[in-house]
Amino acid sequence: MCMRRYVLRRLLQFVPVLLGATFLIYAMMWALPGDPLAGRCGDRACPQSYVDRMTEAYNLSDPLVVQYVKYMAGVFTGDLGTTFAGVPVADELLSRLPLTAQLAGLAIVFEIILGVTAGVLAALRPGGLLDSAILVSTLIVVAIPMFVLALLGQSFFGVELGWFPVTSDGSLLSLILPAVVLGSVSVAVVARVMRSSMIASLQADHVRTAQAKGLAPRRVVVAHGVRNSLIPVTTLVGADLGVLLGGTVVVEMIFNINGIGDLLLRSVGDGEIGTVTATVTMLVLAFLIINLVVDLLYPLLDPRIRHE
Amino acid sequence: MSDTRRGRIWTRLGRQPTFYVAAVILSVLALMALAPGLFTSTDPMDCDLAFSRVGPGDGAYFGYNLQGCDLYSRTIHGARASLVVGVFATTLVVLIGGGLGTVAGYFGSWVDAVVSRITDVFFGIPLLLGALVVLVAFPSDVTTPAWQTTGKVVLAITVLGWTTVARIMRADVIEAKEADYVDAARSLGAGHWAILRRHVLPNAIAPVLAWATVAVGTFIAVEATLSFIGIGLQPPVVSWGVEIGEAQAYVRQSPHMIVFPSAFLSVTVLAFVLLGDAVRRALHPPRPKGR
Repeated sequence: MCMRRYVLRRLLQFVPVLLGATFLIYAMMWALPGDPLAGRCGDRACPQSYVDRMTEAYNLSDPLVVQYVKYMAGVFTGDLGTTFAGVPVADELLSRLPLTAQLAGLAIVFEIILGVTAGVLAALRPGGLLDSAILVSTLIVVAIPMFVLALLGQSFFGVELGWFPVTSDGSLLSLILPAVVLGSVSVAVVARVMRSSMIASLQADHVRTAQAKGLAPRRVVVAHGVRNSLIPVTTLVGADLGVLLGGTVVVEMIFNINGIGDLLLRSVGDGEIGTVTATVTMLVLAFLIINLVVDLLYPLLDPRIRHE
Repeated sequence: MSDTRRGRIWTRLGRQPTFYVAAVILSVLALMALAPGLFTSTDPMDCDLAFSRVGPGDGAYFGYNLQGCDLYSRTIHGARASLVVGVFATTLVVLIGGGLGTVAGYFGSWVDAVVSRITDVFFGIPLLLGALVVLVAFPSDVTTPAWQTTGKVVLAITVLGWTTVARIMRADVIEAKEADYVDAARSLGAGHWAILRRHVLPNAIAPVLAWATVAVGTFIAVEATLSFIGIGLQPPVVSWGVEIGEAQAYVRQSPHMIVFPSAFLSVTVLAFVLLGDAVRRALHPPRPKGR
């Protein structure tokens, strides 16, 4: 009963955020600059045919709210408009989705495995040598911007050592290095949260009881420490997806991956604001929906939430 | 904040070794931004294509970039753009987010509901993607004056960046306004403004300060990223992100063009992260064991 109310409340909170965020993007894109078509054709004024086509395709003669409603009606029926080349944006996005999904998926797997392991190891002996090493290295990774890490990784592991392809050919192997770069910042954050959360849960009374009754140290750490500490990490991975989605733009650019980030950057360069709007809208929808799913999974991980 | 409390925080800050490391790095950077002439006498705009991509040596410590400009001079002069964007964006974000968070936390009820829902909406858009949208809406090119290009980047970061500080501030204000002395002040007839200024804000501002210090570094990284992908700062402005972006295609042949600006950029961000860490520890010292 309580569980159903929790789910319902989350869903009710989700709808206004979804509409608000997509409207915000739409409004910033089409209404903020005054004339959204000004300066889209380099130094010259745009040809009338371009203006007419854009006005027609995006209902630019309607009031902003009407434009937005018509646009979102299209989004929910799978119509995202067409690119300048005449390809439906939805098709373009779908054909690029697998690469970006693989890239992000690999990054998340890497982030969780390495982040959780590092956090647990650091928490076993707080203040020890390993702990200090992990704290310092996470600090450094957080401080280096992702595009610098990508360039470093590319020139060191790709060019110098030749372990990985320098640019991607779409194969899973060629996505490993980009995914490691993409997940690196989050690895550091996950490791830090895992560490402090582990330290806190290992000091809890029931853990001391478990130790006192003679439970094997390994089981104490796994059953009482790791399981409880995974809860904050789950939320973190969801919230950090925003960094990841922004990061795909940079990583796909540097490693030459034909994913959604690459499409976004290309459309920005070519002034295809329709495609930019569609791509950003879809990325934000993905971000919001995945966070909603994480929120809904939360009570399964932490029974306390159900009785809130 | 009372004088004794402020004194205690300074004392605790003084005990952090990372504080001194960060302070020294940031002082040098600030000097670089204010008076680049102290570090280099070479004009960053004095370029000669004959020297294009020439490596370090012979008077040019960092070598030359693609246009044959002295890279050392350009790296020194690049500090200004990064610090200006970082500091201005953080200031605006703290003012807007802090203001909204305070209003929401202090007045509660429907004000809180409205502000919190607006915060949720902006929070739903990842910073880099949102900033990209704003910059596409207001494109800059080589003819745009430098202050306008910089202003647009600051604006783009501010529009999307204020939500975290609003959430932190709201939670702090809710906690601070529950105190007995706030009730006492109110019953003595103090107005909202007086209560906020004298009792609530001084007690609520600390976590925001620690966050804001790290945020300067984060925003500098965001600016560099936007400039790197070509929609942030634009060429007449000397900036680390622009410099690295132009060098990207030559990562194999001329790594020096990437290494030096990247190192300056990373050390700058690191300094702000370290300072933020020290500030946080000074404000919330770890409890002694056994309590």
